[in-house]
Amino acid sequence: MTGSICVLAEQWRGHMSEVTYETLALGREVADQLGIPLTAILTGSNARELARTLGAADSVLYVDHPLLAEPVPQPCAQALAQVMADRRPRALLVPLTNVSLGVSTLLSIRLGVAAVNFCKDLTVVDGQLRALCVMYGGKIEVTVEAGGEPAILGIWPGARPADKGRASRPASTIEQITVALEEPRVRLKKYIDPEAGDVDLSRQDVLVAVGRGIQSRDNLGLVEELAKTLGGAVAGSRPVIDQGWLPLSRQVGKSGLTVRPKLYIALGISGAPEHVEGMKDSGLIVAVNSDPRAPIFNIAHYGIVADVVETLPSLTAAIGAKRSVSHHA
Amino acid sequence: MHILVLLKMVPDVVEELEIAPGGKALDLEYLRMILSESDDHALEEALVLKERHDARITVLALDAPEVDDALFTALAKGADRAIKIVGMDAGLSTRQAARVFSQTIAHEPGILPVDLILTGVQAIDDLDGLIAPLVADDMGLPYLGIITRLDLDAPKHLALAVKEYPGAVRGEFEVNLPAVLGMQAAEKPPRYVPVAKVRATMKSRTVDCLPVPTLADGGWPAVQVVEMRRNEPAGHAEMLEGAPTQVSERLCGILAEHGLL
Repeated sequence: MTGSICVLAEQWRGHMSEVTYETLALGREVADQLGIPLTAILTGSNARELARTLGAADSVLYVDHPLLAEPVPQPCAQALAQVMADRRPRALLVPLTNVSLGVSTLLSIRLGVAAVNFCKDLTVVDGQLRALCVMYGGKIEVTVEAGGEPAILGIWPGARPADKGRASRPASTIEQITVALEEPRVRLKKYIDPEAGDVDLSRQDVLVAVGRGIQSRDNLGLVEELAKTLGGAVAGSRPVIDQGWLPLSRQVGKSGLTVRPKLYIALGISGAPEHVEGMKDSGLIVAVNSDPRAPIFNIAHYGIVADVVETLPSLTAAIGAKRSVSHHA
Repeated sequence: MHILVLLKMVPDVVEELEIAPGGKALDLEYLRMILSESDDHALEEALVLKERHDARITVLALDAPEVDDALFTALAKGADRAIKIVGMDAGLSTRQAARVFSQTIAHEPGILPVDLILTGVQAIDDLDGLIAPLVADDMGLPYLGIITRLDLDAPKHLALAVKEYPGAVRGEFEVNLPAVLGMQAAEKPPRYVPVAKVRATMKSRTVDCLPVPTLADGGWPAVQVVEMRRNEPAGHAEMLEGAPTQVSERLCGILAEHGLL
């Protein structure tokens, strides 16, 4: 493992997260460019079987401990620090998700090294690892070097397709590491699964999603009208949910749902990475935003620079007329 | 019950962001600074807990443009004390900022004891780490982030926190107090306070200024910025232009071509 690229294999509720395979695919590319091995590190309870799914790596190190059954940041960082202490890798790639958030920061302190957040991609320039990071809600890109090893790099989901990080057979070396953990001061009592009953966004062909640009709860009626005209459902980005304008079951993004409808209309959504993560694989993406520099236009197929509230009536009317003609034809 | 809220100012991304000459940082001259959104939620949650548990709230912020507005607004909303840490260089990294917070909390008379430290889960400029786990580790306290609901069991010295997971799943946690929690969202939207009330607070209350503590060398390698640039829309989206009716007609045609109408 010394001198290798490492990937934190994220598992949650007994399953390997998709982002683990995405991050392994990125790690594989970087390791190959540097001509060094790729190691996956897994922490959990009863982790041996999951360790066998990480064959994209040359080797797997796993820690099996009852206190690591749930991904609580401090015990997880404590375990990783012990795993990495005597094996100084070039870098550890940590998925930037709600499951693993906080781990990279805590680990970097314990190892006395730098943490880099918000990484979208990694490149190798003259043998040096560089990270491309997306900051300020997606409006700024910055290329950085961690300036020391191991570099602890927080990687946004979606860096590479998950399929590129899967392998049909286990890694040739799978090694269990024993660690000592402190009594936990943060304890999971239970999970609360989303309530059934509302619209299941993941089953909709058409989603009309609203963000801060909708300005007021009073304008939601216009959005519902458009969704109804298209035969779809209304979804929302984080600020709209936090305002209480839409229920939690309608949230798309990091903390909400990941959706892949045939049509995703993003209204007044800036396109912060946390939202894009949940909808980037939609079939056709149309974005309406008054800010011509909104990052949502980077991933949309079609864009309209306009005020959402002013645009909605004519859009709904035009679509309604077109559908009416189609139905009578 | 004493709740400390750590506040950080960040650039308002609604405004145009310019890169400074040299291409490695934002041009500070034209930036409009606002309170980090999740810090605003941390403050709101503290105010909710104050109403529920008769707590005392201290807000602590690093000096930055517009920070006085944020601190007086916090006082107007119901915070009991506001502290501004002054005298540091501009452009502190998140790691340095966290160290300034934790050293001030530990060494400045009158801040400790603290039962709960709240701050935003993540700011848009947290390139080299997150404030909450950094402060927690520095102070030897438990940490949990992405919190959207919070209550306290004061007699048992416990916080009951709900954390967000993917897929709209939530996790209910028990956290030993004192602790540092990173708030994603308060249980209700941050309250509004009229400008007139903030102005009145500016006349009747004060913000305490404390000098930045002398930091021992952190001993960690810093993140080196090679290049910073605006994330220009890469031309991926085909932009539809014209009057609203023309644009709507054009989009209808596109949706029809894709079999979506």
